[in-house]
Amino acid sequence: MNLYELSIGQAAASLAKGEISSEELTRSCLDRIAEVEKDIHGFVSLDPESALKQAEKADERIKKNEGGKLCGVPLSIKDLLCTKGVKTTCGSKMLENFVPPYNATVVEKLEQEGMVMLGKATMDEFAMGSTSETCAFGVPKNPWNKEYVAGGSSGGSAATVASGECLGSLGSDTGGSIRQPASLCGVVGLKPTYGRVSRYGLVAFASSLDQIGPLTRNVEDSAIMMNAIAGYDEKDSTSVNKETIDYTSALVDGVKGLRIGVPKEYFGEGLDPEVEKTVRNSVELLKEAGAEVVDISLPRTDYCVAVYYLIAPAEASSNLARYDGVHYGYRDQDAKSLIDLYKQSRSHGFGDEVKRRILIGTYALSSGYYDAYYKKASKARTLILNDFKAAFEKCDVLVSPVTPTPAWKIGEKNDDPLAMYLSDIMTLSANLAGIPGMSVPGGFSSDGLPIGIQLQGLHFREDVLLRVAHNIERELGISNTIPR
Amino acid sequence: MKISREEVEHVARLARLNLKEEELAKMTEQLDNILSYVDKLGELDTENVKETTHAFSISNAFREDKVKPSLDQVEALKNAPAQDGESFVVPRVI
Repeated sequence: MNLYELSIGQAAASLAKGEISSEELTRSCLDRIAEVEKDIHGFVSLDPESALKQAEKADERIKKNEGGKLCGVPLSIKDLLCTKGVKTTCGSKMLENFVPPYNATVVEKLEQEGMVMLGKATMDEFAMGSTSETCAFGVPKNPWNKEYVAGGSSGGSAATVASGECLGSLGSDTGGSIRQPASLCGVVGLKPTYGRVSRYGLVAFASSLDQIGPLTRNVEDSAIMMNAIAGYDEKDSTSVNKETIDYTSALVDGVKGLRIGVPKEYFGEGLDPEVEKTVRNSVELLKEAGAEVVDISLPRTDYCVAVYYLIAPAEASSNLARYDGVHYGYRDQDAKSLIDLYKQSRSHGFGDEVKRRILIGTYALSSGYYDAYYKKASKARTLILNDFKAAFEKCDVLVSPVTPTPAWKIGEKNDDPLAMYLSDIMTLSANLAGIPGMSVPGGFSSDGLPIGIQLQGLHFREDVLLRVAHNIERELGISNTIPR
Repeated sequence: MKISREEVEHVARLARLNLKEEELAKMTEQLDNILSYVDKLGELDTENVKETTHAFSISNAFREDKVKPSLDQVEALKNAPAQDGESFVVPRVI
């Protein structure tokens, strides 16, 4: 077995016992990167030299019994998390040369643990997209079939973890951007409750929806990473001052007494039969393991895409107003006046999808249309939240597909933005409601593409999701699989 | 049509974006498509429903008014496309 194939849990144990060194582990990942990265393209930037220096430091800390569970563990970080002194492009020409002067809180926490950051992961430009194809610096490929998308927007995070280039990654999820690529690449992805993890230092897309979370090759690793990143941060006024738990303690064998809700609206028209079969199989396994299965209705599911694609662009249009060619980022050198400087820098610095969303958002917020679009969507959001509140009176966790289909071919949906938006229908509502959501591998399609199972739970009940995911993983025996 | 070419031009102006002729045509068509789709929200009765802007509303997230270290001038200007050591430099305004 190669060291890069180890899970975080296994690696941490071996590192602590001195059986392996972080340097050896890091070298193994770097060798793997040298072998597969040209076909995967999961990294926007890589710094092997820095990685080895970090590994050396980690080895010293391990010897002195310092550092956390992630000490010496090689990870990738989505390129929208600010890393001090390390370029953070957000997948955009706009930030091609942006070097943050500070760390995001989550990066700071992982550094305190002693992680080895291998590099920054590719992503859709400003996290806007479902396939990472809007990235200005190349498209990550699905490690299970390189003609297929890795998903998005945390496509690079999912691809680097799935291909064995690193042991885990941090992504962000505004409408499914952790869960969807995790599902399409066959890894575990967790979007925590809104406010559970600090967003300080995350390049903002839609501030009421964005949340940072881990992508890993098994459920235990997801819990280990949550332990490192969860918690209140006074630098993020929307982070919630509520005690965290030891998430690994949630990995209890058995689901007796748990009520598993199956939302019927997620099994409607357009659902791939193999995806449906895979999800129903997991529900059956949980039932056999002692869970009670409850039929649930989330009647406003069909409105989630419309609500989301007004609210998220509205927030984005406001957040992205900061890119003006003045303070940082791309600047058009030919502009003669200040107003032209703004316009030309933004027009040349942003890609099509970002412009499209800025335009939708600006329109939805503009005078005369605000009530009909933004306000109407914000009211509908309340109804979606109410649907979940009602559902969680009847069940503890919702089990559903993550996406209607397995991964599709690169380039397949690029000409029709609405068709692309509609593929997000099952993941958007968790962000609108602020609840935690997770994707855990459930099986493979007949073409050999991974299919994930989505779990959604009550606010701050990541522990329930982890417990159910742990039992699905146990029953199915799919975890830590790296495609050959 | 949910949105006209002129309206897209107007919104682009508000968003400080220049759209080329072909971009404008394409964006108008795509935005029209998307806005026609979101019209389905009209089916929902939201008459007495309050708006949700955050799934959790935290009000009054205060902290102590203490001076803490922050970025110095050099660091703050480091990423600027044009600066003179003290300020951001922009084309002449007046």
